[in-house]
Amino acid sequence: MTIENNRQLSKNTIMLKTFRIGGIHPPENKLTAGKKIVDLALPKQVIIPLGQHIGAPAQPIVNKGDTVKVGTLIAKAGGFVSANIHSSVSGKVNKIDVAIDASGYRKPAVFIDVIGDDWEDTIDRSDTLVKECNLSSKEIIDKIAAAGVVGMGGAQFPTQVKLLPPPGNKAELVIINGVECEPYLTADHSLMLEKSEEILVGVTILMKAVNVKKAVIGIENNKKDAIAKLTKLAASYPGIEIQPLQMKYPQGGEKQLIDAIIRRQVKSGALPISTGAVVQNVGTCFAIYEAVIKNKPLIERVVTVTGKAVKNASNFRVRIGTQISELIEAAGGVPENTGKIISGGPMMGKALVNTEVPITKGGSGVLLINKNESKRQPMHECIRCAKCVNACPMGLNPTLLMNATEFGNWELAEKNFITDCIECGSCSYTCPAYRPLLDNIRYGKAKVSAIIRARKK
Amino acid sequence: MILIAVITLGIIGAIGAVFLYAVSRKFEVYEDPRIGQVQEVLPGANCGGCGYPGCSGFAAACIKADTLDGLLCSVGGDVVMARVATILGKDAAKSEPKVAVVRCNGTCEARPRTNVYDGTHRCSVESALYGGETGCSYGCLGYGDCVEACKFDAIHINPVTMIAEVDEDKCTSCGACVKACPKGIIELRKKGPKSRRIYVSCMNKDKGAIARKACANACIGCGKCLKECQFEAITITSNLSYIDFNKCRMCRKCVAVCPTGAIHELNFPPRKAEPAAAPEAKAAVKVEAQAAPATKSVEAKTVAKTEPAAPVTPAEKPEAVKEAPKAADNNNEIQPK
Amino acid sequence: MENNLYVSPSPHIHGGDSISKNMYGVLIALIPAFLVSLYFFGLGALIVTCVSVVSCVAFEYLITKYLLKREATISDGSAILTGVLLAFNLPSNLPFWIIIIGALAAIGIGKMSFGGLGRNIFNPALVGRVFLLISFPAQMTTWPVVDALQAFPMTYTDANTGATVLHLIKQGGQHLPDYTSLLIGMKGGSLGEVCALALLLGFIYLLWKKIISWHIPVAIIGTVFIFTGIMYLVNPVTYVNPVYHILSGGLLLGAIFMATDYVTSPMSHAGMIVYGVGIGLLTSLIRLFGSYPEGMSFAILIMNALTPLIDTYIKSKHFGGK
Repeated sequence: MTIENNRQLSKNTIMLKTFRIGGIHPPENKLTAGKKIVDLALPKQVIIPLGQHIGAPAQPIVNKGDTVKVGTLIAKAGGFVSANIHSSVSGKVNKIDVAIDASGYRKPAVFIDVIGDDWEDTIDRSDTLVKECNLSSKEIIDKIAAAGVVGMGGAQFPTQVKLLPPPGNKAELVIINGVECEPYLTADHSLMLEKSEEILVGVTILMKAVNVKKAVIGIENNKKDAIAKLTKLAASYPGIEIQPLQMKYPQGGEKQLIDAIIRRQVKSGALPISTGAVVQNVGTCFAIYEAVIKNKPLIERVVTVTGKAVKNASNFRVRIGTQISELIEAAGGVPENTGKIISGGPMMGKALVNTEVPITKGGSGVLLINKNESKRQPMHECIRCAKCVNACPMGLNPTLLMNATEFGNWELAEKNFITDCIECGSCSYTCPAYRPLLDNIRYGKAKVSAIIRARKK
Repeated sequence: MILIAVITLGIIGAIGAVFLYAVSRKFEVYEDPRIGQVQEVLPGANCGGCGYPGCSGFAAACIKADTLDGLLCSVGGDVVMARVATILGKDAAKSEPKVAVVRCNGTCEARPRTNVYDGTHRCSVESALYGGETGCSYGCLGYGDCVEACKFDAIHINPVTMIAEVDEDKCTSCGACVKACPKGIIELRKKGPKSRRIYVSCMNKDKGAIARKACANACIGCGKCLKECQFEAITITSNLSYIDFNKCRMCRKCVAVCPTGAIHELNFPPRKAEPAAAPEAKAAVKVEAQAAPATKSVEAKTVAKTEPAAPVTPAEKPEAVKEAPKAADNNNEIQPK
Repeated sequence: MENNLYVSPSPHIHGGDSISKNMYGVLIALIPAFLVSLYFFGLGALIVTCVSVVSCVAFEYLITKYLLKREATISDGSAILTGVLLAFNLPSNLPFWIIIIGALAAIGIGKMSFGGLGRNIFNPALVGRVFLLISFPAQMTTWPVVDALQAFPMTYTDANTGATVLHLIKQGGQHLPDYTSLLIGMKGGSLGEVCALALLLGFIYLLWKKIISWHIPVAIIGTVFIFTGIMYLVNPVTYVNPVYHILSGGLLLGAIFMATDYVTSPMSHAGMIVYGVGIGLLTSLIRLFGSYPEGMSFAILIMNALTPLIDTYIKSKHFGGK
């Protein structure tokens, strides 16, 4: 039985919108809500992975020994679906070597020794808010691409690709994801409170880039201060609307958010743009503002370091490439009996093998869980209670898909839309028999996708 | 009264029989009788190792083909192919018997754990998630996807080393385990004369220092074996050495010079111990246990553990470490096939 | 890292639900019905329930441990639940050796022969009950009468017996008790089926704790109401008022507690409705036109067999339609 946090549901939740199929209510544990963003001290070395986005890894254009400044381009996009990577510090390139990243595998990365904090001259470091943007749509998209902006909600999808819909699809509105439905994380919340106007300007730039007149910012109802502040400020920005949403996980999923806000469901196998919506995270909007107005490439982000036993849980502003050990130190060190260290939130984040893993563009949080809560319980037989079926936001049957995967019945898995799974984890969360549903579905998804690709060839 | 019943039923039965006979003749599917004959001499395991759907599929393919070149029942081997050839009046191509080889020696002792995996205990799931519980992301994970795939009970996970081990007497080289391993560790290699074979028991492509830190038995890509081989059987790509089993002449020189003991020689007689060179001391020969790998039989007579770190001087050789004299190996040249 | 971290795929938190929580939740929902049965049937109720629960748990333990050579699964509470539900389907004067045979049939045939919890096709308690009904028809159809003046009667196999409401309906529908008696349980019947109010209380509890959804019970009760209602309208002399049908026999017990068993019922809401309608139709047909007065057990068992078919063809609503 899911523990419903009734305190958080206000009286008007019945009237608030939310997505229509499935969903769960994990306890929020927003331990760092309301904490001001703290700039983390510069580390001695940064490790910048070359594969911080969906698509082909970037190709390095610097060599060992090169001097770089903050904002220097160090790797070029390796294809259409790829992104540029910039140095987040000033100093000397130590080496280009492999390093373990959040995937648990060693991937190529650029190691830079930090010397001082010199920025590229083109970057405007002032804090003054600039509202006007006179660039054309194409110029905006080019600037976003040059700055290496990717989806900062965690998906890390190169933004410029999303802003260029494939032929046959037309954007009707922009939906901004201010939902932050994962428990514990508050990076987006603090950004919405401290950089509200910048985000709104970023939204208008985005609207210009895709040529739409309407934008809706979806924010879950547990962030009432953000809703109030943004609603007040949005009054002076034509076309931008703030929509409070009922709290439910995974409201921040792109398809679920589109369903919640405009009541349209993306068909199986189709792209979200087919519903006319372009969805971006608030952090990405802020990065767009900085890229287009301040000529600042994506080199830092807000990360929530949290956990029930963490002494100084906070929201830190961190340079890309900083090792997680630095963040944990600043938050009071690794607590006793820590069992798991997770990059991201507890539902979709990745458990790390050690703390030398660097923060990437999509790393929104570092969560430390103690040993007792880390170990999984032993699993039982499926009792066909169908709680997973009710929880699945995509309307799938997780226990059937797990069975199909275990027995290698790929036809059955494909017929039951295993490729539609968004890997949110709601099924494993609800299962009373502690079955590792998502583990198997993920494996089945990969297998079936490979079969489909081979068929198309 | 009974007579009437008997006659009635008898007539009904007769009519039914005639009807069935007529139908069976009318709708009969012609099947080449040779398919049945060939299928009889096949092992009947339906393992798919030949690449055809079951033994009947293979039989049909044999009959259709002009020659039996390229058609091999790996389970039955040359004996069965010879019988098939006799039935069909075609020539059977000779083939080298192959066996599955697990190219990893990252035992629990040699390859320390750096984290604890708590997910579903399947190699494919763990491999998709991250690099594994140790510093080597290429090595055997020990959860036995290969064991599940094997229909001949020929591969098991050794409970002490947590590495898959092949029982060469039962292995039919059908290739199921090769397909099942998500890391591609298992390879079908020639069984070799007298079942002797040499292979690099490592898949680690990381740089030498990283590989060695992760596992004491790793191939560090140092190239000593490459220099030593006179038959051009060794290639080194991405910090990993590979021995081509078609070119290897079993001289065992590479085994002798390997500093980490990553190259294994199987089923060779023990070498004479030589007090001389220190580098050889590291090249401990590993003659692997073949019988009953699933039981906890880590007998000292067959298994010699490699030294993890310190170079062993000739004086302090532990039990059963066999040394590799450089010269006296010519008697172990290839036997005629 | 000094201490080794755990690494597993996401999600890293769990909602805390477990099989035993659900089983014990159902047991709690059955408490009102149990208290009423103690009040009306007294010692008999206590003995029947205890014997049933103890034998079910014992058989499951013995079979799992010694026959199947697996870990014992009695701690998940499903054996206790089967024991209680089996007991609630039996008359309170049933000799204990028959109960033990019933428990063996329920657990051994109905559950363990299929492979244990999660793998059975038929509701184990109903398998036990139907087995007993067919093997011991005399003992299984002599129902003790309820004497409201005497709470907790100390009778067991020597209780006074009489006809149940369904028997009366089958025989022509004369001298039926009034609605109040039906609601509070002053009628003959098995342990658990007599008090409609207690069962409805249990239903509300199950809905509140989200252990079951409303679809199956509402579909069953609705279908029975409509079908028997139509027949009543067609011929009010031969057929009784649909409310009698709802309140009598094992309908409420079956609809709320037996048909909603997780393992044997469909997984999608649409499938559950089809399942419920099927049970309702079959129950009504057997009650009105069959020779058995009670049709619920057979109806549920038949629809249990159709559940995999329902699950294959009726799936839950998929995102994006189709």
